[in-house]
Amino acid sequence: MKSFLEISHIDMVFETPKGPFTALKSVDLKINKGEFISLIGHSGCGKSTVLNIVAGLLKATMGGVIINDKEVTTPGPERAVVFQNHSLLPWLTAYQNVELAVKQVFHKTKSKAEIRDWIEHNLKLVHMDHAMHKRPDEISGGMKQRVGIARALSMQPEVLLMDEPFGALDALTRAHMQDSLMEIQDELKNTVIMITHDVDEAVLLSDRIVMMTNGPAATIGEIQEVNLARPRNRVALSNDPEYNEIRSNVLTFLYEKQRKIETITGKQSTLDETEIKEQIA
Amino acid sequence: MNTLMDKITFNGTESTKLVVINLLKHVSQSIALPILGILVFLALWSTAANNIDTSLGKFPGPGAVAEQVVNLYQEHRAERIKAEKFYQRQEERNAKRLAQDPNYQPKIRPYTGKETFWDQIITSLITVMSGFLLAAIIAIPLGIAVGLSRSLNTAINPIIQIFKPVSPLAWLPLVTMVVSALYVSDDPMFAKSFVNSLITVTLCCLWPMVINTSIGVSSIDEDWVNVSKVLQLPALKHIQKIVLPASIPAIFTGMRLSLGIAWMVLIAAEMLAQNPGLGKFVWDEFQNGSSQSLSRIMTAVLVIGLIGFLLDRSMLSIQSLLSWNKQTDLR
Ligand SMILES: Nc1ncnc2c1ncn2[C@@H]1O[C@H](COP(=O)(O)OP(=O)(O)O)[C@@H](O)[C@H]1O
Ligand SMILES: [Mg+2]
Repeated sequence: MKSFLEISHIDMVFETPKGPFTALKSVDLKINKGEFISLIGHSGCGKSTVLNIVAGLLKATMGGVIINDKEVTTPGPERAVVFQNHSLLPWLTAYQNVELAVKQVFHKTKSKAEIRDWIEHNLKLVHMDHAMHKRPDEISGGMKQRVGIARALSMQPEVLLMDEPFGALDALTRAHMQDSLMEIQDELKNTVIMITHDVDEAVLLSDRIVMMTNGPAATIGEIQEVNLARPRNRVALSNDPEYNEIRSNVLTFLYEKQRKIETITGKQSTLDETEIKEQIA
Repeated sequence: MNTLMDKITFNGTESTKLVVINLLKHVSQSIALPILGILVFLALWSTAANNIDTSLGKFPGPGAVAEQVVNLYQEHRAERIKAEKFYQRQEERNAKRLAQDPNYQPKIRPYTGKETFWDQIITSLITVMSGFLLAAIIAIPLGIAVGLSRSLNTAINPIIQIFKPVSPLAWLPLVTMVVSALYVSDDPMFAKSFVNSLITVTLCCLWPMVINTSIGVSSIDEDWVNVSKVLQLPALKHIQKIVLPASIPAIFTGMRLSLGIAWMVLIAAEMLAQNPGLGKFVWDEFQNGSSQSLSRIMTAVLVIGLIGFLLDRSMLSIQSLLSWNKQTDLR
């Protein structure tokens, strides 16, 4: 079976003042349409680099990305990105931020009224219709991230790319956002690649969890399937043996097999989960 | 029970007291202190003025300046009335000629009286604003281009760095010669002296605006540029929707900076080149050397300061109107 998105033999070498730095080495991944993929790994291993190559914002030194039989050469709205720091334009309201995207993508195919309805529909989807005429500095971090997601969804992308979308949010807000995202995903069935440093988030949301080894020359270490039934409920899952097994598999990979070199010295066996999370982040 | 009531009322008055104290503090901070500052300055100024004797009499104190403000206003009124009468006489004469000879073409000669203090203020304001606008029209697009293109930046940077520290007054002789050589027309729209002052102002506004605009443009948040790339915004739209709004704060910083410099330089240029304006007023009074001269110059000095302050305030209000970045300290 041909896959929808194929990351094929990617190497990434950055030219630095200290000479070439190989960030990624032979990264290979096939993703099916409608699949939700999480990328997890220690910070600095190259997750954002992979995402930016798929987005077209970076050009791989070797190899490439093929989506729908077409090679990715430039960035484009069919691969919408949700950035970690929302990246809303601060001089535009929530509505205008989404409008900029919608007008650019649909100005030929939608009428004025349709464009307005589509912007409002997407803001409703992320529960931001009550504050759509507010500017980014008038709304909370979670709300900004919601608008960022609405902007990405409004482009009707083939792939939705999210770089630690909830990384800057507090735990409670993050849980809300994950529930919203699951709801949206049930409805739209987008193909998603999401970077996260939160193991629970990865297990809760994903169909597959892609675990990356540490850099330099990082690559994909293991892939964990998550076949938990949907819709998923975080409270019910916490007592689910399958959920806990998957969770511990991912933790084992990150903590036993890919622990950071620095942390080995000294405290070898006493690391608890919170410390692991800190390291991953 | 009673004690409780007492406590509550006590607390009540206590909190109103606090509110009043805070209000008083606020009022004293924002109104009383500046007034106090001005009063102290006036006192120091008048004592100092009383103790300084020059060849043209005592150094003018606040009283002398106040007197001159009235004088200058009355001179202005008188001059206007003279001008009106002059035109009235011409019209009457023309009407008479026309009655005698229907083929007569009526002529109106312009009034060429002395320029009043008020006229000089207006001249200087028009000059500084025109030079400033001309500079903005050139510098902002140039700054955007330099900020967007690294190679253009590398190419142009040495030129900017060399010309930036040059006082525009050093350009003045060259500007004057070039203007009188090239700006020749039988019926010039603008006086040569105006063009000279204008170009001098433009020259000194140019560099801060180019530099600040290009820095603003080249330091745009990487994420916003990526948003634009993902949306595949065409170049012009990218500039209009992302680059311009993002660099408005930096552009305005440059504009305020250059307007401040321009106002200072213009006065000096007018003194140096005898071009009409406030600078010429100061120079003429100095050459005049009457007993009133010093107090008139002092009045001009204060007016120059006041106008400079108002120019800066107006730029500031335009900036806060246009800028999305409300956090930037607007001072
Ligand atoms: N433009 C660049 N130039 C040089 N090195 C880079 C560049 N971008 C990323 N890197 C390096 O590549 C590695 C991976 O970075 P990144 O993909 O941002 O990691 P992650 O997102 O997993 O935290 C890091 O060691 C980083 O220093
Ligand atoms: Mg990253």
